[in-house]
Amino acid sequence: MLRYAVKRLGSLAVSLIVASLVIFACIEVVPGDPASFMLGINAQPDTVEALRNELGLNKPLVERYFSWVGGLVTGDLGTSYTYRSPVSEIVSERLVISIPLALFALSLTVLIAFPVGVLAATRRGSFTDVTVMGATQLGVAIPNFWFALLMVLVFAINLRWFSAGGFPGWDAGFLVAMKALTLPAVALALPQASILARVMRSSLLDTLSEDYIRSARAKGLTTRQTLWRHALRNALIPVLTIIGLQFSFLLAGAIIIENVFFLPGLGRLVFQAISQRDLIVVESVVMLLVFAVIVVNFLVDLAYAWVDPRLRGRA
Amino acid sequence: MSLLSIKGLCLSIHGTEILKDVFFDIAPGEICGVIGESGSGKSLTAFSVMQLLPRGAETSGEIRLSGLDVLAARESELCRMRGSDLGMVFQEPMTALNPVQTIGAQVAETILIHQDVSKAEAMARAAETLERCELPNDRFPLGRYPHELSGGQRQRVVIAMAIALQPKLLIADEPTTALDVTTQAEILRLLKRLVDEDDMGLMLISHDLAVVTDLADHIVIMKDGEVVETGEAATLHKSMQHPYTKALFEASGHQPDRTATRIEAPLLSVEGVIRDYALPRTSLLGPPGHFRAVDAVSFDIRRGECLGLVGESGCGKSTLTRAILGLDPIQGGRITLDGRDIHSDAEVRQKMQVVFQDPFGSFNPRHRVARLVGEPFYRLGRSATEAEIDDALVSVGLTPSDKYKYIHEFSGGQRQRIAIARALIIKPELIILDEAVSALDVSIRAQILDLLVDLSVDHGLTYLFITHDLTVVRTIADRILVMQNGRIIERGDTETLFDAPTQPYTRRLLDAAPRLPHV
Amino acid sequence: MTEAGFLHAALRSRNLVLGLSLTLVFAAAALVSFLWTPYDVTQLDIPGKLQTPSASHWFGTDHFGRDILSMIMVGAQTSIAVAIVAVGIGMGVGVPLGLAAAVHRGSLMDEVIMRGNDLVFAFPSLLIAIMITAVFGPSALNAIIAIGIFNIPVFARLTRGAALSIWTRDFILSARVSGKGPARISIEHILPNVTNLLIVQGTIQFSLGILAEAALSYVGLGVQPPTPSWGRMLADSQTLISLAPHMALFPGFAILLTVLGLNLAGDGLRDILDPRIRRTGR
Repeated sequence: MLRYAVKRLGSLAVSLIVASLVIFACIEVVPGDPASFMLGINAQPDTVEALRNELGLNKPLVERYFSWVGGLVTGDLGTSYTYRSPVSEIVSERLVISIPLALFALSLTVLIAFPVGVLAATRRGSFTDVTVMGATQLGVAIPNFWFALLMVLVFAINLRWFSAGGFPGWDAGFLVAMKALTLPAVALALPQASILARVMRSSLLDTLSEDYIRSARAKGLTTRQTLWRHALRNALIPVLTIIGLQFSFLLAGAIIIENVFFLPGLGRLVFQAISQRDLIVVESVVMLLVFAVIVVNFLVDLAYAWVDPRLRGRA
Repeated sequence: MSLLSIKGLCLSIHGTEILKDVFFDIAPGEICGVIGESGSGKSLTAFSVMQLLPRGAETSGEIRLSGLDVLAARESELCRMRGSDLGMVFQEPMTALNPVQTIGAQVAETILIHQDVSKAEAMARAAETLERCELPNDRFPLGRYPHELSGGQRQRVVIAMAIALQPKLLIADEPTTALDVTTQAEILRLLKRLVDEDDMGLMLISHDLAVVTDLADHIVIMKDGEVVETGEAATLHKSMQHPYTKALFEASGHQPDRTATRIEAPLLSVEGVIRDYALPRTSLLGPPGHFRAVDAVSFDIRRGECLGLVGESGCGKSTLTRAILGLDPIQGGRITLDGRDIHSDAEVRQKMQVVFQDPFGSFNPRHRVARLVGEPFYRLGRSATEAEIDDALVSVGLTPSDKYKYIHEFSGGQRQRIAIARALIIKPELIILDEAVSALDVSIRAQILDLLVDLSVDHGLTYLFITHDLTVVRTIADRILVMQNGRIIERGDTETLFDAPTQPYTRRLLDAAPRLPHV
Repeated sequence: MTEAGFLHAALRSRNLVLGLSLTLVFAAAALVSFLWTPYDVTQLDIPGKLQTPSASHWFGTDHFGRDILSMIMVGAQTSIAVAIVAVGIGMGVGVPLGLAAAVHRGSLMDEVIMRGNDLVFAFPSLLIAIMITAVFGPSALNAIIAIGIFNIPVFARLTRGAALSIWTRDFILSARVSGKGPARISIEHILPNVTNLLIVQGTIQFSLGILAEAALSYVGLGVQPPTPSWGRMLADSQTLISLAPHMALFPGFAILLTVLGLNLAGDGLRDILDPRIRRTGR
């Protein structure tokens, strides 16, 4: 188990290094001179030169890469050109919205998908199964930002249960803040929950047709006991993969949904940065999100080994 | 009074009739062999007794297990019966155990489900039961996972799960079909011992008449969902009435009519061949280890003869086949066909062809038979003509119009004929038969063996017949090689080797092979 | 399965019939819009803005007075074109990579391809689009490249996994005995046996592509005005949602129904084409 974890940790490190190289290359090498790019074509040559100095662009590429990575490790993400303040500060202000939103949505996804998937699988072919699967079919097809708009229309504009957008801040109280995140989280979660419920159902059905389920029944276990003791844990293996993938979709989705609800999270930040050509902010935010995805997938790999003993021995 | 009594059992699944009026009894302590080929309904009879039938199944008739009317019983009564009065062992030990639970937990579960005992006590009894099934706890602790055990060991765990509560009846559905012949013998001996110790009834289901006849008191023969014959095992071969039973006995001991036309010149010679596999690295720095699958093997095959190569799974016979076919490089030695080295001179490989075991996996399901059979012509740099394909199909007993069909339209036996047609089409001199009849029912197997013998005469073919099945190889081979752990440990003329084996391993193999009384 | 058997099974599958019908409706709308739309989508009509659905404008008009039905028809072109090209990139690059990785299983090349795939999975198409837009500015091409790149590892993994299991089959050994090399075997024997999977995955990626294009255009990283696109139309509707909810409803339904159609068609195809599922009757 330990060897497996170490091996996975090694590939996590490699992934992070390669990802940082890709991002660095895309943002700082491809555009040629980032400074003149950021300032636009009408900039004065001495302003450009000043920015070049400020960003350290006159140093060789390798040195720039290492100082950027060094900064990432120590938490210094550089200074935003447009905001004139440290990127790490701007980003952490935004993270307190984006991370709770993604986690809220992920928990909702799992909490909805598991019972629905299990219910549908155990009552396969029944009215419940057909209805639930029909509903998930719609859930998979619905664009989450449109679903968010519809919810604003119904729950904010017509029923006035929620506000149409904005975020009062955590200082306004936990429940008040969570209420502001509820519609966005539901909009993110429902489509993902539909996918996960379908995966859960089909994985469970596959598992239920395995030979060892028949062995368990032959021991005298009831259908329900067989489900809980033997089928669920085995069915979880493909479900974990999907949860790992979904986390990256939830992060990406959060960026879009923040736009619908005018939440001042990472999503808003990155779009503003793009329109202001603030490459330093874009670079850091993208790296941060990629980091999150890679780490979550590492955790999923560890969870695999926890579920499936066959993986533990393998390095 | 009988333990299990089945009367007038009928079963249909989604309206298709599967079992018709099945009847037989099993007394306490009695071993009842249920024999039939695939599709005869023998397994579904067992599942009817367990009441673990697929969805859409409807049963009628009567099944009584020590007084309990199984077909009328409620699900809760059935759950109480399964595992405690009735245990079951399945064919596929590789998939019959839950991969994420330890073997101890799985055996203990049988006890915990039915009896109000502490978990510790259940584990202690699970350990005892595994010991009884010849899995000593010092070598196989309760914390082992199924993937850490071999097929035979897993089957013992499955048996332990079934007998943990000393049920009155044990059903074993093809319990040894997936196992090697020596392992098969051990498992059968184990079942016999457990039956004697616990005075259990045993329903032993098999397609192999020989396996069951050795062990059973009583035999039931099934065909197409019906019981066609029942009788005492010891005397069935004399008392049998039904033509199917007679055919089954005849086919099991089938001896193709052949006359050896051997020319002394060697066609294939294998000299000191070594085949190593690299093992996955165990440490980052050390050199990768390797596993020697074939270790300095030498032999000749003379023109026109049929050489049998016998060994259990993992002995290296498949690796050797691949080396002879030139599919893998060899790490030592030389393989020559007709005097030419097959590794340096690829052209000579057109003189040999191969037929594989699996009639389902040997063909690309997306191609029509004409293309499948014509494939070997690739080596000759042209495609097969219509006439060549027709000839090949006709020579194996199929018709030319079969070439327009896809492979899924054929039965297992027909597919094996197509595989032989594919091997014949470029008129090779040597055909390697890699377990070519092992997956077939006995009656089909007899037909294919006859076909092979006829073809060898008509086309002057030489065979290398690779198998784990001693009964089959005895009927067809002129000479036999016995392979173990990558080496040829014994060789000789078929009759000499069978009558007077010199090596202990060969003797063990021969003893393990189930034999039928002579008809 | 024979051709006639396939057709028979296809017509019996409710999912496939419904899904293909929906897909065909939108494909037809896109094709018709090349020749004719009820109104010219470049024609502004400020006095006639924000009309609710009526006999003359079935789906109403937007804030510039453009006919929403016409815009949805033209928007279908955009969505379908982006998704087709993106799936094309994914298959065109991913399938050969997957086949090659399977041939050289366990080799350095296999390792590099698979690690590369894992890495791409860490970049959701939105992030790729963000990076491209930050450097090159927004365009429809961004959306295509971003979605296409994300599709590559999907097809590469699928192809490799399926190909590996086919490489272990005896008919591959037969082909090797006939002297066929890995490239020829991949094309003659492996590819035909993975096409079913590729078709099913293709329809799924196609529908995901349409969703992704809509999302990218919605946040302004994809198709740019004045080219009509469903995502763009939803972005325009957002500020007017209380005033003119019809502006948000129709483009949203267009996306929903197209994606639903493709998903149903994919499920239907899988039921028919995947023998494993057919056998267990699921």
